[in-house]
Amino acid sequence: MKTYETLIFELSNPDRRAFEIPKVDVPEESLESFLPKGALRGEAPELPQVSQVDLMRHYTNLSNRNYGLDTGFYPLGSCTMKYNPKINEDMARLPNFTETHPMQDDSLVQGNLELMDNLDQMLCEITGMDKMTLQPIAGSHGEMLGLMLMKAYHADKGDHNRKKIIVPDSSHGTNPASVAMAGLEVVTIESKENGEVDLDALQEAMGDDVAGLMLTNPNTLGLFEKQIQEIAKMVHEAGGLLYYDGANTNAIMGITRPGDMGFDIVHLNLHKTFTTPHGGGGPGSGPVGVKERLIPYLPVPFVEKKGAGYKLSYDAPKSVGKISNYYGNFGIYLRAYVYILSMGYNGLKRASEVAVLNANYVMYSLKDHFKLAVDRPCKHEFVLAGINTDIAEMPTVNIAKRLLDYGHHPPTVYFPLIVHEALMVEPTETESKEMLDDFIEAMKAIVEESKNDPELVKTAPHTTPVRKLDEVGAARNPIVRWEPEE
Amino acid sequence: MFPYIANTPQDEKDMLKAIGFNSIEEFFEDIPKELRLNRDLNLKPAMTEAEIKVHMEKLGGKNQGKELVNFLGGGVYDRHIPSVINHVISRSEFYTAYTPYQPEISQGTLQVIFEYQTLITNLTGMDVSNASLYDGASAVAEAAFMAVDKTRNKEIIVPDNIHPNTLRVLKTYLHFKDLELVVVPTNEGTFSKAALEEKISENTAGVVVQNPNFFGLVEDEIEEIVELTHKNKALLIMSVDPITLGVLKSPGDYGADIAVGDGQSLGNGLNFGGPYFGFLAATKKLIRKMPGRIAGQTLDKDGKRGFVLTLQTREQHIRREKATSNICTNQALNALAASVYMVALGKKGIAEVATQSAQKAHYLYNQILEKTNFKPVYDKPFFMEFGITSDIPAAKVKEALLKEGILGGIELRICGEQFKNALLVAVTEKRTKEEMDQFVQVLEGLK
Repeated sequence: MKTYETLIFELSNPDRRAFEIPKVDVPEESLESFLPKGALRGEAPELPQVSQVDLMRHYTNLSNRNYGLDTGFYPLGSCTMKYNPKINEDMARLPNFTETHPMQDDSLVQGNLELMDNLDQMLCEITGMDKMTLQPIAGSHGEMLGLMLMKAYHADKGDHNRKKIIVPDSSHGTNPASVAMAGLEVVTIESKENGEVDLDALQEAMGDDVAGLMLTNPNTLGLFEKQIQEIAKMVHEAGGLLYYDGANTNAIMGITRPGDMGFDIVHLNLHKTFTTPHGGGGPGSGPVGVKERLIPYLPVPFVEKKGAGYKLSYDAPKSVGKISNYYGNFGIYLRAYVYILSMGYNGLKRASEVAVLNANYVMYSLKDHFKLAVDRPCKHEFVLAGINTDIAEMPTVNIAKRLLDYGHHPPTVYFPLIVHEALMVEPTETESKEMLDDFIEAMKAIVEESKNDPELVKTAPHTTPVRKLDEVGAARNPIVRWEPEE
Repeated sequence: MFPYIANTPQDEKDMLKAIGFNSIEEFFEDIPKELRLNRDLNLKPAMTEAEIKVHMEKLGGKNQGKELVNFLGGGVYDRHIPSVINHVISRSEFYTAYTPYQPEISQGTLQVIFEYQTLITNLTGMDVSNASLYDGASAVAEAAFMAVDKTRNKEIIVPDNIHPNTLRVLKTYLHFKDLELVVVPTNEGTFSKAALEEKISENTAGVVVQNPNFFGLVEDEIEEIVELTHKNKALLIMSVDPITLGVLKSPGDYGADIAVGDGQSLGNGLNFGGPYFGFLAATKKLIRKMPGRIAGQTLDKDGKRGFVLTLQTREQHIRREKATSNICTNQALNALAASVYMVALGKKGIAEVATQSAQKAHYLYNQILEKTNFKPVYDKPFFMEFGITSDIPAAKVKEALLKEGILGGIELRICGEQFKNALLVAVTEKRTKEEMDQFVQVLEGLK
């Protein structure tokens, strides 16, 4: 196939059209007749003009330069790149849902409100929480909200001193960034080598100025935080709250619940655990669940059952307010709802079990060729601390790039920060043994190549649409839009 | 068996054996017994596709919308959506891909972002754009943070005629960062220099202007407001409806520092409030203060043009708590839909959509004033959305319209009790003369 390197602007021809709207059927008054002249722009904005065939071929060719989950294996740790069921897409496109406007009266959107109420209850059951809000648009948006809830809760108790949020150094980058968005301060504590919380460090950090602790469990090394009950007790006794980063929920559905572990606030990434597509970077959905005592602070509006029907209620004087325009990404959490229906209670549990089986299978199959960050059964993901240096030396980045030549998306690299040369692998339950074996063989082959032909690995990738790109140059001299040649 | 789980019981046995385990249960032994959920989740058993379709059709059937003629707006508009959009965003190479962290196999997504940035900057007249934000409301909040970051001041001024939800979101975001929100009362629906003059000071970080504003009016003192804002060394944030930029002066034309808005009306469906996306574009000197992803052009080692995520040292995965924002996932697929929309319409098409919307809105407005007892809420130039009022409660007016299959407008009561009988009516290029004549007929009947 021919390579494609054209920008849409380079195809533009002022006489072509890809789409036309019907002719106007009212008197064509000029804009100047009802708008002040100073309000109008001299010339329409420079948008390209192409035929419809040009348009379709352009985007089809671009899509061919992309690797999606439907293309192949995508073991990105912490991202839960599992298969996106097609029925979700079909249901999200039913006109009965898509053609509802957010400002319609409640009585005209009873189906939407019922779906929101049902989903709230399902997610509460899965996480062990008492109430969910579907308003956050992404995981980090959920984190920000969760931290705002903590702050609002303490402030309401007259406790304005609690400004610190404890975050382990193994946490996702969004955690500390979200703390800053909520106007709180980050206190980073060092984790133990296996990524678990160091109880002594935690005890030392606790005090009456701490609002709470943010934790991922299983943690970013894919290990269950065994001391979670002690941690919860320690934080609660000091008057703090516990926040659960739900990025790793795929390991525990139907097995254990953050609500039962002692967490007060939970966010979920529906675009991870609940199969809504990543879209090349969104839209996602990051519902937040809370325990009873935090319900008064949830954002408005919320769905309320009223007689036989549902309504959107704004009656929450202690609410933190709104964090997005309407009710969150309705079209996305609708897909998660469909997924939960397709799996049922037994399917969700099986999904977590097989996700964990697949991760352990890959981890133990690679243990001679790579260093395990921690040699202990993992949950849904695991971390390799680079290549086994008894065999060969090779930086993680080159191993990742060489994997592209083998047709696999590389794992997450150099994260968590506490593991040197980290490769974080999350196979998910939707991959077959055959696919896992193919990946394992590729990883082993790269180790062999690193020993026998290191240049081949260091100069990878060799077979991708473009080769290694100059990222430093891109940042030094940013070209962030197309401009016509002079 | 579950269709989305590939491994069979035999695979399970073989895999366990290969790595020296006897059961999956062994992987969970580290979870304390008392934390195990020793019962089934209280959810229904799995449903097949066929069963789900029936369930969802029934649930959707409890909504009304697709059969109604829609005059609702308030930032979300019922427009013609070209068929090509759904075909492009349904390509799974786009929608099942992750954020483009591996540029060699993500050139599709990266070039789409680069083209999107170009389209948005051309539309808004700004120098640089990011790859999208959550929605129009949070985009205003992120722009406010940029202004605070740039000026080291803590106060954001907004007129009371911006979208009430934007105001709510801004209030939340600013409150938690201990920043100050100053709401300026407007004069007969528009934001005046005189009103701003009373509040602006050397403590101001940014001033927000929405054009057209929530009442649909075209702001008439933007130039003066920009000048006054800059005189006070604050940044001017302009929130715009992207379609109107087909014919209205752009934020760049006015000398705004940051342009933001909600991208729903660029080819995204109504979807009960989301997913949409927010756009944010700015002047060149603010590029390193921008939140979110930015794609940049570069070369690969063979000298071929390619694209990467760039200026990443602003972002959370590198800078953690010192990042410009916590945003990670944005609304890439909606931004793709918007790109396809802008390309499908082109320079001529976007001006036509904007012009027709305005012409049709003025037709309806004139007919209403001519034939009914309704009066304008504000008698000032508007674009494609206007307020009307009478001595009949707005809810009753809506009810009468609904009987004829018409969604009549947004009750302006949400902006204050003084608007208790007022409706905000939006007209897009999709509305027909016949639909509008019927609208007028219903109002006539209310005499």
